[in-house]
Amino acid sequence: MLYYIFRRIFMMVPTLLVISFLTFLIIELPAGDYISNQIAALKSSGESSSVAKLEFLRQEFSLDRPFFERYLIWVGLWQGPHGFDGLIQGNWGWSFEYDKPVEQVIGPTLPLTVVLNFATILFVYVVSFPIGIYSATRQYSWGDYGITFIGYIGLATPNFLLALILLYFFNRWFGLSVGGLMDPQYIDQPWSFDKAMSVLAHLIVPTIVIGTSGTAAMIRRLRANLLDELHRQYVTTGRAKGLKESQLLVKYPLRMAINPFIADIGNLIPSMVSGSVIVSVVMSLPTVGPVLVSALQSQDQFLSGFILLFVAVLTLIGMLISDLLLAVLDPRIRLGGRAST
Amino acid sequence: MNVLSIEGLTVDFNTAEGQVRAVDDVSFVVPENRTVALVGESGSGKTVISQTIMGLLPQAASISSGKVILADPTGAEPPVDIAALERKGPRMRHLRGNRVAIIFQEPMTSLSPLHTIGDQIGEAALLHRNVSSAEARELTKTMLSLVKFPDPERALDTYPFELSGGLRQRAMIAMAMICRPALLIADEPTTALDVTIQAEILKLIREVQAELRMSVLMITHDFGVVANMADEIAVIYHGRIMEKGTAEQLFSDPKHDYLKALLNAVPSFHMDKNERLVPIRPIVLRSEDLSANRPNCNVTPGEPLVEMRDVTKRFTLRKGSLLGGKAKTMTALDCINLTIRRGECLGLVGESGSGKTTAAKAILRAMRLEGGQVLYNRGKGLEDIAGLKGQELMDYRRRVQLIFQDPFSSLNPRMTINDTLMEPLEVHGIGTPKERAERARNLMDLVGLDPRFLRRYPHSFSGGQRQRIGIARALALNPEFILCDEPTSALDVSVQAQILNLLQDLKRDLNLTYLFVSHNLAVVDYVADRIAVMCRGRLVELGETRTVVGNPLHPYTKALLSAVPEPDLSAPLDFAALDANRASEPHLWPEPFRVEDGLVPSLVEMEPDHFVCAPGLKNTGALEGTAA
Repeated sequence: MLYYIFRRIFMMVPTLLVISFLTFLIIELPAGDYISNQIAALKSSGESSSVAKLEFLRQEFSLDRPFFERYLIWVGLWQGPHGFDGLIQGNWGWSFEYDKPVEQVIGPTLPLTVVLNFATILFVYVVSFPIGIYSATRQYSWGDYGITFIGYIGLATPNFLLALILLYFFNRWFGLSVGGLMDPQYIDQPWSFDKAMSVLAHLIVPTIVIGTSGTAAMIRRLRANLLDELHRQYVTTGRAKGLKESQLLVKYPLRMAINPFIADIGNLIPSMVSGSVIVSVVMSLPTVGPVLVSALQSQDQFLSGFILLFVAVLTLIGMLISDLLLAVLDPRIRLGGRAST
Repeated sequence: MNVLSIEGLTVDFNTAEGQVRAVDDVSFVVPENRTVALVGESGSGKTVISQTIMGLLPQAASISSGKVILADPTGAEPPVDIAALERKGPRMRHLRGNRVAIIFQEPMTSLSPLHTIGDQIGEAALLHRNVSSAEARELTKTMLSLVKFPDPERALDTYPFELSGGLRQRAMIAMAMICRPALLIADEPTTALDVTIQAEILKLIREVQAELRMSVLMITHDFGVVANMADEIAVIYHGRIMEKGTAEQLFSDPKHDYLKALLNAVPSFHMDKNERLVPIRPIVLRSEDLSANRPNCNVTPGEPLVEMRDVTKRFTLRKGSLLGGKAKTMTALDCINLTIRRGECLGLVGESGSGKTTAAKAILRAMRLEGGQVLYNRGKGLEDIAGLKGQELMDYRRRVQLIFQDPFSSLNPRMTINDTLMEPLEVHGIGTPKERAERARNLMDLVGLDPRFLRRYPHSFSGGQRQRIGIARALALNPEFILCDEPTSALDVSVQAQILNLLQDLKRDLNLTYLFVSHNLAVVDYVADRIAVMCRGRLVELGETRTVVGNPLHPYTKALLSAVPEPDLSAPLDFAALDANRASEPHLWPEPFRVEDGLVPSLVEMEPDHFVCAPGLKNTGALEGTAA
């Protein structure tokens, strides 16, 4: 098992290299870069005094080099103007738009993004599992129909609309400030107990908003999966042994039905980052999503490249976790080879 | 004393089309320490009765009247009427798995793949016998050795997918037995197993029954199993008991027409060469003139049509999924030499995993071979089919067709029967759309189905009807050689007789040649002119059907023949002589039959036209030659 984990982690290195290359390639596909756009803008408005400074920046960030060199310098496998100084060496790059290092731009938003996504995933699983099980075991009952109905509404409602409605009511009933992930007075303040509580209170609305459609989808899928399993022969075998329905359900069909959900963890993480952009903009959440959108628009290449790579790393870690969990939970995957002897 | 007495049981199903009566006024008893067989075709209601006894009826079913009295022979508990108990209530749960237990047909799917054998067997003990988990584990080990697991201690922690079908069924029996129930229901316990394993499991059920002194309700459609197991028999048809009595009475003097018909539909070894099975619902064959569009086959009957020369096929198994791949190969076909003569039906017999389906696939050119050739005579002498290309290959495909084992998965559920039958014609570009439609109607006539059914989808047909559609599809291109891959193993005996007769009539009328692959020796004995027996990828015996069945020479053939349960009380299985494991291990065969890995399994002609795989006799005085 240890060997397997080690091998899997080792395999991530070439995968990451390929992903980083593809990311860089896609970002560089549009003609020009941030600085050449700036130069063009300055020239057309007749201001040539700053052009020299921008030309210096171009050289500083080796934007004048050929494509492959630029890529390798970014990753840190090629000598740039300051020697080896790329991602591998811990230099995440420079954001032209904010005129700050990338880590300072997204540094404060990253932990909040992770917290928000983690809360959302937890919400989706905690809410959808009991409901899905209820819905499957009482198929075609009033409860099942009711949940199905609400589920479809949840799938169909635009997230931003739900966000606005919930913000309004939370503001009226609980006096929660509109937008953001904390009350305005805590912004840029050091962490304190009150600040953490404020963050938690503000997490509720975005979690519900981002998680609703995911929850609705997962209820439907769990219901379908479980319904498939409930009529299998081994369930009858268990019942024939005299097991109580509740014990039976948890031990046999549910265990079989959750495999796809564990396999899903890897896909869930990136979709939570990229899927919540509109909600983040509407609710002015300080998450990575809106930063990524503006960086892509202004061709702030190092910033957007780093964020995309970060999402890819999250995906790989998620895949690793789900594969390891599957191996632990499903002996067929763990011992598959032994069966043939 | 009667452990189970069913009195006037009636069960109805509430369906969208109204109430359907599945069981109608059924009464019978299961006496203490006896075996009662409940015999009937699929859909006769026998499984509904078993579900009623277990309290496992589906939601839609309701018991309209009748009693199901379970009386414990130990006297520990007063008799209870199961029909009156709440199905999911605590009293029913207390009985289930404790006083009544069940084993199912499919050992592959009846066990959870995610839990160890020990966990699943011990569970019933934990539920009913008030033991600690350590005691339950100990008890499980005892049960596993009772059902003759090779290594009970190790088996506790294995998962079902690591075990063979026979061992899984043993585990199921151990699970049912652990609380020492008064009544065991065996619902087709051996239908999914090979004959030799079936014999072992039947033997085991008898031994366990004697050991624990329990009653058995055996649900089956196989009269061979009935003759070997049952003390008493109840025959059920459309939810009603047609006839009941002791095994002696029913086999020697069947009264009811249905039972007589059922007995006549079973092939047995004692039949005369020209005797025909009598199906319950015979097909009226309307043989249209199908010679139009036929690729002319001018091979003289009796001449080789297909020849396999040293055909070898190896599969690579992936091993150790977590700890890196070390490739391991399995030899599915080991130097097979076999000739199929024009106009004959060659039966290919063997247990699962013996390579018989692989051999059929090799003839179809459905895979690449590791060695040897398959030759086919298209009227221009034998030619290697590996060399066929383009139009030549299409011509070969027209001549050679296949009938599949499973009529349920071999028809596309989204295609109408018309589309299914016309597809081969479209692929080969034969005829105009009008001619194809005409052809589809003819084909339906040919297999005895109403051409009006052409617009229907497969789900509206029964298993037997679907198999006839499969046959019609194989005949669409007017082939000369048909591979039948276990065409009746998924069907009831009465339907089986119908299909076997249909295949024989078609062969006669259309001058077909068959390769009939089956694990059922009695069926092969009925249809085949010659028999080839395979074991572990090797051809072990080949000869005229009469010779091989009457005078088997190879130890494996002998073991196979002795394991077939005959529907005849005077020819019981010799349980004491069973030794299935040894008989299917080539390196354990006695000299001169012993075959080691790497040794060429050469055939030796022991009698004229009767070949046996005996490498030890290769260079001795026995008649020598290659299989002809």
